[in-house]
Amino acid sequence: MTDIATRATRVVPATGGRRRQNGGGPRAGVIVAFVIPFFLPFVLFYLVPIAYAVWQSFLVVRRTGGQYGTSYTTFGGFEQYVQVFQNTEFWASIGRIGLFGIVQVPVMLFVALIMALLLDTPLLKLKSFFRIAAFMPYAVPGVIAAIMWSFLYSPQLSPVVDLLKAIGLQPDFLGPGAVLWSAANVSTWLWTGYNMLIMFSALQAIPQELYEAAKLDGASNWAIAWKIKVPIIAPSIILTTVFSIIGTLQLYAEPAVLRQISSNISSTFTPNMLAYAVASGNNYQQAAAISVVIAIITFVLSFGFMRLTSKRAGL
Amino acid sequence: MNNQTPLRENRVSRTAAMALMFLLAIYFLLPIYFLLVAATKPQGDLASTFGLAFSHFDLFKNLSTLFGRSDGIFARWALNSVIYAVLGAAVGTLISALCGYALAKFKFRGREFLFSVILGGVLVPTTALALPLFLLFSATGIVNTYLAVFLPSIVSPFGVYLARIFTAAAVPEEILESARLDGAGEFRTFFTVALRLMTPSLVTIFLFQFVGIWNNFFLPMVMLQKESLFPITLGLYEWNGQTARVSLLQESVITGALVSIVPVIIVFILLQRFWRTGLAAGSIK
Repeated sequence: MTDIATRATRVVPATGGRRRQNGGGPRAGVIVAFVIPFFLPFVLFYLVPIAYAVWQSFLVVRRTGGQYGTSYTTFGGFEQYVQVFQNTEFWASIGRIGLFGIVQVPVMLFVALIMALLLDTPLLKLKSFFRIAAFMPYAVPGVIAAIMWSFLYSPQLSPVVDLLKAIGLQPDFLGPGAVLWSAANVSTWLWTGYNMLIMFSALQAIPQELYEAAKLDGASNWAIAWKIKVPIIAPSIILTTVFSIIGTLQLYAEPAVLRQISSNISSTFTPNMLAYAVASGNNYQQAAAISVVIAIITFVLSFGFMRLTSKRAGL
Repeated sequence: MNNQTPLRENRVSRTAAMALMFLLAIYFLLPIYFLLVAATKPQGDLASTFGLAFSHFDLFKNLSTLFGRSDGIFARWALNSVIYAVLGAAVGTLISALCGYALAKFKFRGREFLFSVILGGVLVPTTALALPLFLLFSATGIVNTYLAVFLPSIVSPFGVYLARIFTAAAVPEEILESARLDGAGEFRTFFTVALRLMTPSLVTIFLFQFVGIWNNFFLPMVMLQKESLFPITLGLYEWNGQTARVSLLQESVITGALVSIVPVIIVFILLQRFWRTGLAAGSIK
């Protein structure tokens, strides 16, 4: 450390300029200069669009007179939101994504947890190979992953379909009942390794001494994993769950790609696809209301889950 | 407990663990292997030969078809992806580092409030921002330009979060003090002393943001109409949608997908350790 310290200080030429009086921090202007290059774009491209979407969602477009009247935009209160909640397509998309999330998120995180726990035991060889294999999909954009898998689902091209047919099955990955799970599989493939690495990093940070006592008492690896390791890395598991909930509610690219080869995915399959379809029809106010509802559901679910789990851990 | 049981348990669980991990590794590698094989085949063999076995080795012909299509539009898309991701992540990392450093090292009123607002940004679904951004950008005429994708991409609240905790861990107060005593201003201290100590963490921040921009699809899709501005993801998506009419495009979609993921995968494997520090930091939260 001291080596770095002396080297670092030597880099700075002693200009003998203004000296800082001891105690006081940097001037306000300096702090602003550090913060503003991030904060200004953050305001412009994060906060302003949020405020703008909320504002838009309270507007409605009305027409004067009959068919030939002109349209004008006016304040409509919660009118757009009433329409969102009366929209059966909206509820259908929420239902699909809910089913998707309830099944896909736990399955993915369970597999990730098992992999992380196994990589943290002396049971395995080839650890770095397994780690890289699992993490590799994270380098693949969602669109491209969905394109790759759509070839593996395609009845004409897929070697997987060929193999399953050879053992007498008739798989239809793009059928009306299966296509949701085919999309879920793409998400699982993409994100399992990423979540596994978050959990694995947390496991690696646990000091070994914590297990020593348990090992001396003859506890099995299994017992150590579930009774000691999993509770300690609970915060990481919660974090990956929250990220997964956010990701699920944003789902767009994967079903949009599968839609190109399957007629069983509608243009309003997920809430986000619905918002985009509505916006494409120039009904921006309705699309804004849908986006706001999705964002609120995301916040409620993420915070709700964090509160729920932290309370239980606290008691 | 007697001594035999753990040993036997160990051998059984060792085999079971290896078998399970191999199955999972096959699952993760299968689509990539399939893509690799398919990219070497002539279009006609895609449907007529088994997908996991090589047939005619036509990779180079497929590559020249891919890059020759529509006056080399694919190379343009690749270049665009690189511009958006490399430039966006570079600028994004610098501004995240400045802000994270200030949050970690300067004491000022409203600091924690500022930090919580930025952290809240991590939870905002970015796809929810794309549509209102489109409307705002069309009012200012930025829509359908490089800036429309580039500007929103430089903002990464997660990057600021990482920069703050990395700075707190990697930049000791005494070094900053001695730089200040030597008369260096805050910016000079940051650029000559702190940035150097933060370099490994900056690589991590850069990588996360790079992948985020590289993989982004929704934002460019909403913002761009001009094909010459597309990133690879959007370009291949468009091509993939046309394969029903132009079936010969299929081979180019496959080859293009392979070309676009291989460089990133290689960078990933080379820079593995930087991911681990970032993911570990993310899990401390």
